[in-house]
Amino acid sequence: MIEAMSLSKRFGAVEAVRDVSFVARDGEITGILGANGAGKSTCLRLVYGVITPDSGRACIDGMDIRGETSKARAHLGVLPHAAGLYGNLTARENIDYFGRLQGMGGDRLRARSAELARVLGMESFIERRVKGFSQGQRIKTALARALVHDPGNIVLDEPTNGLDVMAIRNLRELMLSLKAQGRCVLFSSHVMQEVAALCDRVVIIGHGKVLADETLQSIRDRNPAATLEEAFLRVLGPDEGVS
Amino acid sequence: MHALLVVFRKEFRENLRDRRTLLSALVLGPLFGPLLFGLMVSRMLDQSLAESDEPVRLTISGSGHAPGLTHYLEAQGVRLAKSELSEGEARAAVRLGRVPVVLVIPEEYAARFTAATPAPVLLVADSADSQNRKIADRIRVLLGGYSSGLAQSRLEIRGVDPLLAVPVAVNDVDVATPSGRAVVVVGFMTYFVLFAVLMGGLYLAIDSTAGERERGSLEALLSLPVARSSLVGGKILATCAYMCLSLGFCLVAFVVVLRFVPLERLGMSANLGFGTALVFFAICLPFVPLGAALMTLVASFTRSYREAQTYLTLVLLVPTLPIAFASIYTLRTRGSLMFIPSLSQHLLMTSVLKDEPVAALDVWVSAGASLLLALVLVVLTARHWRREALLG
Repeated sequence: MIEAMSLSKRFGAVEAVRDVSFVARDGEITGILGANGAGKSTCLRLVYGVITPDSGRACIDGMDIRGETSKARAHLGVLPHAAGLYGNLTARENIDYFGRLQGMGGDRLRARSAELARVLGMESFIERRVKGFSQGQRIKTALARALVHDPGNIVLDEPTNGLDVMAIRNLRELMLSLKAQGRCVLFSSHVMQEVAALCDRVVIIGHGKVLADETLQSIRDRNPAATLEEAFLRVLGPDEGVS
Repeated sequence: MHALLVVFRKEFRENLRDRRTLLSALVLGPLFGPLLFGLMVSRMLDQSLAESDEPVRLTISGSGHAPGLTHYLEAQGVRLAKSELSEGEARAAVRLGRVPVVLVIPEEYAARFTAATPAPVLLVADSADSQNRKIADRIRVLLGGYSSGLAQSRLEIRGVDPLLAVPVAVNDVDVATPSGRAVVVVGFMTYFVLFAVLMGGLYLAIDSTAGERERGSLEALLSLPVARSSLVGGKILATCAYMCLSLGFCLVAFVVVLRFVPLERLGMSANLGFGTALVFFAICLPFVPLGAALMTLVASFTRSYREAQTYLTLVLLVPTLPIAFASIYTLRTRGSLMFIPSLSQHLLMTSVLKDEPVAALDVWVSAGASLLLALVLVVLTARHWRREALLG
């Protein structure tokens, strides 16, 4: 479970995130929807603790990401906005590197990377160097790297950005299988259809504030006549550029 | 500690597969110095050896006015080319490089010689041309010998002891050891050694910092449950490893190259065998973490690979500054100078090359000062890595 409690963050004169609270539950996919620059990435960065909030806190399975950083992170897998890989290493070496930094090693790491390769369908390319990989192969490797320590919570920042159709399809299936395994999946997007297709719960963010935090079903129920798109737009207000 | 080693191993292995890193760290960096150096020195030596064997060629104008002098020069082995040039023509010929040096004997020479008053000759040469100047110097010495020999005969004829005309006898005593003389030639080799150290770590320092950011792998790395000081430590350690390799290769290359440079033919010996190379390695070792930390720190502040390259190329010049300063002021090994990294290594290596005794205290101060500064830079780098601005 991932909890954000009254998170605020200011960069100079810009209030990037203002008093943001939400909960992402286990066995659910929670989507953060917002326009570019609405504060989605900053929210997620505060959640996985690479930046410090001015006020408020974020907890992973009840552990404060700032106070008990190492413990909390051991329960968290992160796929940041830029999930670059090391081109001169093979996919397996990329995965192993993060596994070892998570304190794994030996048989446990070998077994885990073999399992990930099987589940993600990476067996044909896992021993190849990452340099010439397709987008689909890259996203699988990056995801395997984020999941190597078998975390109960996964954060993905705009994971479908720049991916082709096949890679997006792959990724959706993977996220659904993570949910089916009972994990907590939190991801951000500015694409409405994507959120609608995947999420159990939507947190809509505009100008650094939470505008709505509810299930897809309740959004539909409140606006029975409208299409889902219109329903979203009503929540966002007229001047939010969401595609 | 465990994470630090994991980072070290990954950076070491990854860069071993990078052609650009390998080329600069293990080929260009360490070999550039020794090869350039070997070529330059053997060319210089070849030239000076050839010159001392070769007869001097001199264009002489108006030799008919001074048959005695002409004969003397020929007897001394000077190859004379006789021609008739006015003073102006001689100047022009030398200035244009048609002839190296011209000795012009004016008409009045004969009359003044007979009258035993100073008989003028003109030695026309271009002192800006080092080849030319050497010939002119040798001719000047020969003319001086002719002049003083004649003076002594004239005194003797007049019944005066010619020794009265030699109140002071100058004897040259040169205390330079054969190794010491070679140091003039080998002196700037120490810079190449320090250059190889920095070149060895250049690309790894860039790749593990600015490269990590540009590749987009930095944020994922920072979201792991690993202390940032361990990440920085592992990266600096890997940079150190490449610098050590580069340093080792460079020293071996110097030992090999110096075998082929004919220093002995000039009565010099460069005191550089494999034993000395080991001593050099030990002297430079404390400079390695300093260089690695400096480059990692500078590269950490840059936004991109290209920007890092620009700044680190400037860092490559940093160790030259104290060395250049030292050679301008011809500083000798002194305790207080041992506190200055790069200069202290330069002075210690020069002392070893000259076969001079090296004080143990100097070695410790040099190592201690470099390591202390390295520690400060490591701490600064780790502190920078803890800042949010690192993400960009």
